[in-house]
Amino acid sequence: MTLMTATPVLSVRHAHKRFGAVHALRDVGLDAYRGEVLALLGDNGAGKSTLVKCISGVHSLDEGEILLDGEPTALHSPATARDAGIETVYQDLALFDNLTPAQNFYCGRELSYPNWLPRPLRFLRKRPMDREAAAVIERLKVRLPKFDAPVALMSGGQRQAIAVARATVFARKLVILDEPTAALGVRESRKVLDLIAQLRDEGNAVILITHNMEHVVELADRAVVLRQGLKVGELKPERANQQDMVAMIVGAEA
Amino acid sequence: MQGSEARGAEVRGSETAQQKIGAWTEQVTVGIDRPAQGLFAVSLALKLLSLGPLLILALIVALIGSVTPSFLSPGNLSNIAAQTAVIAIVAMGQQLVILTKGIDLSVGANLAFATVMGGLMYRVADSSAAVILTMILTGGLVGAVNGIVYVYGRLPHPFIITLATLSICRGLALEFSVGHTTMRGMPDVVTFLGGEASLGLPNSFFVVAGVALLILVMTKSMVWGRWIYAVGGQPVAALEMGIPVKGVLVSVYVMSGLCAGIGAVALAGRTAAGSPLYGNLLELDTIAAVIIGGASFLGGRGHLGHALIGAVMIGVIRNALNLLGVDVFFQMIAIGTIIVLAVEADVLRNYLEGRSRVLQARRSQ
Ligand SMILES: Nc1ncnc2c1ncn2[C@@H]1O[C@H](COP(=O)(O)OP(=O)(O)O)[C@@H](O)[C@H]1O
Ligand SMILES: [Mg+2]
Repeated sequence: MTLMTATPVLSVRHAHKRFGAVHALRDVGLDAYRGEVLALLGDNGAGKSTLVKCISGVHSLDEGEILLDGEPTALHSPATARDAGIETVYQDLALFDNLTPAQNFYCGRELSYPNWLPRPLRFLRKRPMDREAAAVIERLKVRLPKFDAPVALMSGGQRQAIAVARATVFARKLVILDEPTAALGVRESRKVLDLIAQLRDEGNAVILITHNMEHVVELADRAVVLRQGLKVGELKPERANQQDMVAMIVGAEA
Repeated sequence: MQGSEARGAEVRGSETAQQKIGAWTEQVTVGIDRPAQGLFAVSLALKLLSLGPLLILALIVALIGSVTPSFLSPGNLSNIAAQTAVIAIVAMGQQLVILTKGIDLSVGANLAFATVMGGLMYRVADSSAAVILTMILTGGLVGAVNGIVYVYGRLPHPFIITLATLSICRGLALEFSVGHTTMRGMPDVVTFLGGEASLGLPNSFFVVAGVALLILVMTKSMVWGRWIYAVGGQPVAALEMGIPVKGVLVSVYVMSGLCAGIGAVALAGRTAAGSPLYGNLLELDTIAAVIIGGASFLGGRGHLGHALIGAVMIGVIRNALNLLGVDVFFQMIAIGTIIVLAVEADVLRNYLEGRSRVLQARRSQ
């Protein structure tokens, strides 16, 4: 692909992360480009979510660096990462059960006024937030029982849809989705896949974590495989090498 | 497809949302579902549960009113308001802490310490402003210590630090009052606020209303309030969404401390004195108020209405049982029993919400 000559939106170099005795990431590196879907593959415990959380500012790397548009960047906090244009759909969805969909959408970056006050003391612009969130939900054809009910009352699929929709609204550069179809049926998964394609077409870099090889072959331009914290391979996913990918993931001889 | 496009265009969203979400091609009915029968029953039950505390309070008032007519006399009602004021003010702060799954055991001792500090200030300067400020700031300072040690000291639970400051504050209050169990005398604005009445209502009632209004605005209209609910509902998600979780946690303990300080003003005003013995078991009264008022111990659920309803319920029960000449022990048993019922209602509510999720999922198959 010609895209490869461009500067990657995101580069991770020689990333290490330890949790006590667990060495969750060992010298991992990857690049993500605009207009491209990168699949991040690996068995459970391979370190995928850990890598995601390092990129989105939840964890900090023990060693290694992260470059955004070629510039070394310190992502100390999720707020910094979000300000830098990185949106994440976490595996745990990061939804607030006690808040409504609209409140969930804007949680952490509420529309507020007046600007001269420190952020926590500003007043919420509730109506624009409700209106915009409702418009998005409507466009995404997400069926919700009630728009002003807390998310606690909604099904797994509905919740997942809300989490994905939230990321799409704010996406500016890089969108990371950690197993976004895990709790979904066939039809709901389809929606999420379409949405991922659309995010890519809008010029975002997308990092997709999934265990579904069909989805990988269909959508991903490249795939990076992790095993026990090591990057064990990178390839172009095709129907023909689907078996190789699986072998790489589980560590069997190809 | 075209139909859905047209419908999408009608929605008045801002441009960013409209642009970012392109066409969705699937033909699914959109909009608000009409709840199925099972769902209807579940949401009705949830509604009833949320109204429960208010209904119970109304029932108690009606019952006692019919048995003891003097209960509903203006004099007695105003009496209840005065007696409830301190619990109500401090419970509103406690409510904020409980919203974040926390607990503040230090409020009673903090209040006593604040009245003693106010009493000391009164001996130095006969200034209402200085005395009021001293009491409120003392409360806020103790709250800040609670929050900072809990969050930055990486304690597993606020129980421990607030238990420690309970002990420390009580000790400091006894030490600073140098052997007096009451430090007589408070400046006139303090006694006016805590002890006198206007428009037929005790002034402390207006203090409660003022604090309530302030907290209402902060929690419902300000970003800070939204963050409290987020942190209480799902702390990990709050972190992932970039909310300054530590700052929010510290802030609720500061607020609880400030409320204890304001409660100190009301109590010192009512009695025209400070005392290291004030606020005994106030931590339990305020926690009970929040819980029987209908807030959840599980975090993220509840509002100041719950703290107020709970405080009034405790005040009403105490007052009524006094009027009826019922033993104090029985009052304690009655309040304890109501706490058990309230906590069970919370458990039931969680179960019903789970049911709702399941029913919802089944519908969208
Ligand atoms: N917060 C944490 N504390 C301790 N160990 C962790 C933590 N997060 C992940 N790990 C460990 O790091 C390894 C990689 O986990 P994870 O990144 O969640 O894998 P994956 O998402 O690929 O299934 C696992 O051994 C896991 O137990
Ligand atoms: Mg994972």
